Amino acid sequence: MTIHWTAVYVLWRRDMTRYVRAKSRIIGSLAMPVFFLAFLGLGFRRMAVPGMDGGTGYIGFLAPGIIGMTLLFSSSMQGMSVLWDKEFGFLKEIMVAPVSRVSLVLGRIAGGTTTSMLQGILIFGASLALGFRLPGAGALLFGFVFMLLIAFTFIGLGLIFASRMKDMQGFGIIMNFIIFPFFFLSGALTPLENFPWVIRALSYADPLTYGVDGLRAALIGTSSLPVLVDLAVMIGFAMIMLFLGAYFFEKSEGV
Amino acid sequence: MDAIRVENLEKTFNGFTAVDHISFTVGEGELFGLLGPNGAGKTTTINMLSTLLRPTSGSATVAGFDVARDRDDVRKSIGVVFQEPALDGKLTGRENLEFHTMMYGIGKAERRRRIDEVLSLVELEDKAATLVEKYSGGMKRRLEIARGLTHRPKVLFLDEPTLGLDAQTRRHIWEYIRKLNKDGGVTIILTTHYMEEADFLCGRTAIMDHGKFVALDTPARLKDTLGGDVVSLELEGDAAAFLDALGRQDWIKRSKFHEDVLMLTMEKGERRIPELVMLAQQMGVTVNCVHLRKPSLEDVFLHFTGRTIREQEANLSERNRAMMMAHGRR
Repeated sequence: MTIHWTAVYVLWRRDMTRYVRAKSRIIGSLAMPVFFLAFLGLGFRRMAVPGMDGGTGYIGFLAPGIIGMTLLFSSSMQGMSVLWDKEFGFLKEIMVAPVSRVSLVLGRIAGGTTTSMLQGILIFGASLALGFRLPGAGALLFGFVFMLLIAFTFIGLGLIFASRMKDMQGFGIIMNFIIFPFFFLSGALTPLENFPWVIRALSYADPLTYGVDGLRAALIGTSSLPVLVDLAVMIGFAMIMLFLGAYFFEKSEGV
Repeated sequence: MDAIRVENLEKTFNGFTAVDHISFTVGEGELFGLLGPNGAGKTTTINMLSTLLRPTSGSATVAGFDVARDRDDVRKSIGVVFQEPALDGKLTGRENLEFHTMMYGIGKAERRRRIDEVLSLVELEDKAATLVEKYSGGMKRRLEIARGLTHRPKVLFLDEPTLGLDAQTRRHIWEYIRKLNKDGGVTIILTTHYMEEADFLCGRTAIMDHGKFVALDTPARLKDTLGGDVVSLELEGDAAAFLDALGRQDWIKRSKFHEDVLMLTMEKGERRIPELVMLAQQMGVTVNCVHLRKPSLEDVFLHFTGRTIREQEANLSERNRAMMMAHGRR
């Protein structure tokens, strides 16, 4: 299995060029997480979160959740951007090129991860502006690890959907019935401890739960699960999703 | 070696047979046409030959490589211009070409040289820095043809290269395709449902209908199978004697006299006109006007399928819709 690095690079570069040119899209996709941060953060300012150590406040609890949410939406969209390429015909240009399918998947992952990370970092900046405080610079690096793992997981998931779909028709259904539940179940906004057990069981099947919990461990130093559990589970999810995404993409036909 | 060799190629989508066991070969340097109505299976054939679809059965080689087994080798040998634009509108013309050449592993210096070369070939140098979404349909088409050439393919597939273009742009692209084939020696396979396009461009053309080839030959010979051209002569004088004299010529297949105009069916009408005029002179008949009508490929299509291509398309659109619903594709 050969990897054509030039192809990976040029696919990544294309995503970067498109990202930089789509300024309105960047603003549009950042608006919702910023509103969540601002309105929920301010509205629940004085609320104590059960299980959280004092001092961080709701914004401390919320910010990692919203960063996780931004990565969830951005990465799954990036994974599914294959569908846009299909819609606009460009996928054929990619599929007919003499490069291994693995290179195509890697290029997609590289581009998608970079744009998602940039989005996540912008939201991190916004939460700093809204009063979020980091314990230290090392926390940020550890946070990046979890951000990366979330990005990989959901790009993989997006690739799986995109490879199984013929066109954009099912897109809304996937967003509303799969991506949004991932978000709400993850405990990004509300502590899992408050959920009834049935929902909590579902939450533990949601990769984002471990991603957000890990982000909290990294960024504010408290989490509901041991951070090593979060890390191990996220590495597992990321690897499985990337593998499945690559597998289905490789099997899909170009037209 | 043949540029393309196809044996018993078949493609079915959920029980619908889009391409029905076709076999043909295309020699190196040929300009080969696939002519037929929309839905005849032309694009599916191209998609299989360019490795985008896997054949259901049968086999095909392109530039000596098997399209099912040696996909990467096939991909290296071909250029494809798809029916629908396959450009990234958010990139400039040059960036689209750069993307392409890098995907094909062409080095930096060579890349720049070739991009400049193809841009000037299709006269898009001035627009190279413009986002492709701002291009007109004709410009997009030209850019795509340019792109298909940057990696110097042995075989170039053009799927409906002039679909939806105005007459002037179409002419321009025709000249260009011809030049590529003649001067560049590129083997070209093009699909079209424009009769005049196949007629103007193709050395040999296959007429495709319902996934099958109903005829395959040069456009000229396809038209000859219809029995020939109609030569009309506007006469003055003793037409009866002239008609009598003509009756003794066995190369005249049919004749009809109607209001001073004599209509004759024959092969290679253009070669017979001088003879006809001379005969008329000998009989003392004045020929005021000569008109030659060659049968078009449209007549050929009608002859082989019993329908005109327009009727066939109206008919097929219904069938296509059913097929697309079954297959879940647009």
